Amino acid sequence: MLTAVLSGFVMALVFGWAGRWMRSTAWTLTGLFPTALFIYFLTFLPVAGGDGVLFSNSWVPSIGVNLDFRMDGLALLFSLMISGIGALVFFYSSNYLKGHAHLHRFYGYLSMFMASMLGLVLSDNLLSMFVFWELTSISSFFLIGFNNNDPASRKSSMIALAITGGGGLMLMVGILLMGYLGGSFSIVELLHQTDVLRSGALYGWIIFFVFVGAFSKSAQFPLHFWLPAAMKAPTPVSTYLHSATMVKAGVYLLARLTPVLGDEVYWNVTLVSVGALTMVYAAIHALFRTDMKSILAYSTISALGIMVFLIGIGSRESLLALSVFILVHALYKAALFLLTGIVDHETGTRDVTQLAGLRRVLLPVALAGLLAALSNAGFPPTFGFLGKDLIYEATLNVRDWDWLLTALAVVTNICLLWAGWVVGVKPFVGKLPESFENVHLPSPLLWVPPLLLAVLGLLFGLFPVLISEAFVGKIHQSVYAASLGIPGLKLWHGFNMVLLLSAVTVVSGFVFYVLVKPSKRWESMLKRLKYFAPEQIITFLWQSFERFSSKYTNILQYGLLRFYLMIILLFLITMLGYKFFTGVELRFDPRLFTGITIYEGVIVALMFISIFLVVFSRSRLHAVVAMGVVGYSLCLLFMDFGAPDLAMTQFTIDTLTVVLFVLVLYNLPKYLNYSNPPARFRDSLIGATFGLIITLLALEVIQEPLNRETSKFYADNAYLLAKGKNVVNVILVDFRGIDTLGEIIVLTVAALGVFSLIRLQIVTKKNKS
Amino acid sequence: MKSLILRTAANYLLPLLLLFSVFILLRGHYLPGGGFVGGLVASIAFVLHAFANGTESTQKFLAYHPGNMIPVGLGIAIIAGLFPMLFGEPFMTGLWLKDPLPVIGMVGTALFFDIGVFLVVIGVTLTIIFTIAETTK
Repeated sequence: MLTAVLSGFVMALVFGWAGRWMRSTAWTLTGLFPTALFIYFLTFLPVAGGDGVLFSNSWVPSIGVNLDFRMDGLALLFSLMISGIGALVFFYSSNYLKGHAHLHRFYGYLSMFMASMLGLVLSDNLLSMFVFWELTSISSFFLIGFNNNDPASRKSSMIALAITGGGGLMLMVGILLMGYLGGSFSIVELLHQTDVLRSGALYGWIIFFVFVGAFSKSAQFPLHFWLPAAMKAPTPVSTYLHSATMVKAGVYLLARLTPVLGDEVYWNVTLVSVGALTMVYAAIHALFRTDMKSILAYSTISALGIMVFLIGIGSRESLLALSVFILVHALYKAALFLLTGIVDHETGTRDVTQLAGLRRVLLPVALAGLLAALSNAGFPPTFGFLGKDLIYEATLNVRDWDWLLTALAVVTNICLLWAGWVVGVKPFVGKLPESFENVHLPSPLLWVPPLLLAVLGLLFGLFPVLISEAFVGKIHQSVYAASLGIPGLKLWHGFNMVLLLSAVTVVSGFVFYVLVKPSKRWESMLKRLKYFAPEQIITFLWQSFERFSSKYTNILQYGLLRFYLMIILLFLITMLGYKFFTGVELRFDPRLFTGITIYEGVIVALMFISIFLVVFSRSRLHAVVAMGVVGYSLCLLFMDFGAPDLAMTQFTIDTLTVVLFVLVLYNLPKYLNYSNPPARFRDSLIGATFGLIITLLALEVIQEPLNRETSKFYADNAYLLAKGKNVVNVILVDFRGIDTLGEIIVLTVAALGVFSLIRLQIVTKKNKS
Repeated sequence: MKSLILRTAANYLLPLLLLFSVFILLRGHYLPGGGFVGGLVASIAFVLHAFANGTESTQKFLAYHPGNMIPVGLGIAIIAGLFPMLFGEPFMTGLWLKDPLPVIGMVGTALFFDIGVFLVVIGVTLTIIFTIAETTK
């Protein structure tokens, strides 16, 4: 299982590096990799019921981060969707992006994304899940901005990363709180802690953070706007990320945590209201669009709203509806996106007001569009019909507000029917415009995937048994309660309220479609209202934040080094001074002075004299040399107190510092009096105060009883564990070797910084002269 | 900087100081010393040489830009850290030969790590000093 999940990352590297030399036929074959994963996941069908199968791999056990994967119903559905639709997208893209200069990058990102998504849905450990969660954000950032020469593309990928990545950070807080309260990061173990989590005072915060994470990823109102913007991505990416996989991650998370955190009034009310708002808002928004991808984007947001809404209701029926609807949506939406790609690819436009009559030239595509639109409309006997019925059954069974919720669901479905029909059917009916007469059917690599998905939508509707035993029951078990039996799915439920509502939806949807045509006028009308859109508000918020921070930065960091130094010292004086003022009792023992030897006295006197020279000298060279003397005196003190290692290092460093100073001084004017007397007074005051505070601090520190535990540990173990007698060196290279590694990396960065900054200056100077 | 005495002395001191820096590096595990100090001493040797003969001749003497030592040193340090993982031990576990070698003493991954530090320190110090010295011309 570990190999299956992580293989995508390996493939990403392979594609990224070796892909440059691969031919287009080779890219077609890459689709076999997700296909193999799909088949591998299919083998879990018989065993994924109940609690599922657990695969444990320890990663960082000391902080409870493990790569534990659990294959249960929910994870199975998602991993099959990810690998299955992934395989179709792999095949599709090999033709869609044929000859693209950066195809190897595209496949690299795509494999990375697929692997992160699989890791996300299979992880049982919340922290490793979070890692995969953020990886999906990052890889989708690459994919959305794939056409990185286009500024709009870059901007939309930045927005997507900011929203989903930011939401991910909030989720992290929620996860940490859950792990802290529940005592474990394992989802299965947290199931036993549900009472602790739900009754705790922090419950509100936990669900708040989890919600922000899930809503940002699953594009819930008001964080939805990144998804339509992300339609700048190549169409296969939109298909994969924005209909089938990534945007469902939030839904997945909520479904996954329902047994842990759900079934609580705040949880349910928030999800129902946010979900309902999102589904209605986005469904109505879809009516105002003419671009096929925009329509699909908004109808996706609306569908995600329905899913969140169903999780919020939280009844048996609604969770059953959820498990069916996730699959229904993935099938028809991926098909619609893929056919949009074909239409765009062949005709060069996605504007539905211009497209018509394409069935004459793109027959199989038109067929896929019709089937997908029918499933989307919930027309019997498609799989969509089943899904819609289950949704109505769920809303009708809510105790209070059932009529309101049902009405909202009906309105949403009418708008969604319209959207599906406009994208899936409208471009193919009517008279073919002359300009499109030369359009011809592309390679089967393009049209087979959407047709396959659309046919599956019909097949599952005709034979719901295919699905009910295999998936739905198991998902239901993993979300609702493991002990429940498997509910059966039937296409025909008899004449009842649900059927009536379904009929109302379909009929009024078609009437609506006939009456309302997508038009540019509607679209421009919406643009006038954009000042009230959440996108504008959030953009405004972050712009003001940027303005604020740039002002604030200008006040504190205006480019003079001595001013920075002053601010740092003042800050330290305030903090330390406050601490001394409030908490610390000064104890001063004059007997300490009696222990001073003559050497120490001489060294300190030497230091005093040099310091005065540094401060009052009128020549820079004198000051530098005097400072060197201070450093050397310090070395002598170290020697005297038995720290030869420290003394040696200090001695060499001091030498080099003086050399550096002398070199730098060459660049400065010979002598200039930069400061005036008031500034000097101010600086000396700050300097003296800081010195005084540090002295007090030092005195306080030596008053504290020494803790010898640490030094004793090192002294005892240096030779036993690291075979060294010099404890300082053993600590540096062995016990705390990673620190040293970090330090030499920092040194490297510093050297690179100096080298590049100064080199750059020299080169520009040369170029100018 | 044109003093004959300084130049003659520096030419003799350079090999001596370099030898001394290696000595400091090797004794680090048992007595005061180690890669960091050793590296600094070696840099001082080169800086002294540069003071006496000018940075250009030192750079010519070095043949390669001192910055090249940084990746080499980092590489050695990281390989020394990764090496124990071949034997299933965690990153940066010390592994040692059973018997001490003559002159050098005990050889283990920590020694190689220290050599890495040594090279990085020389590279960094000389890069910084030579770059700044270049601006003063």
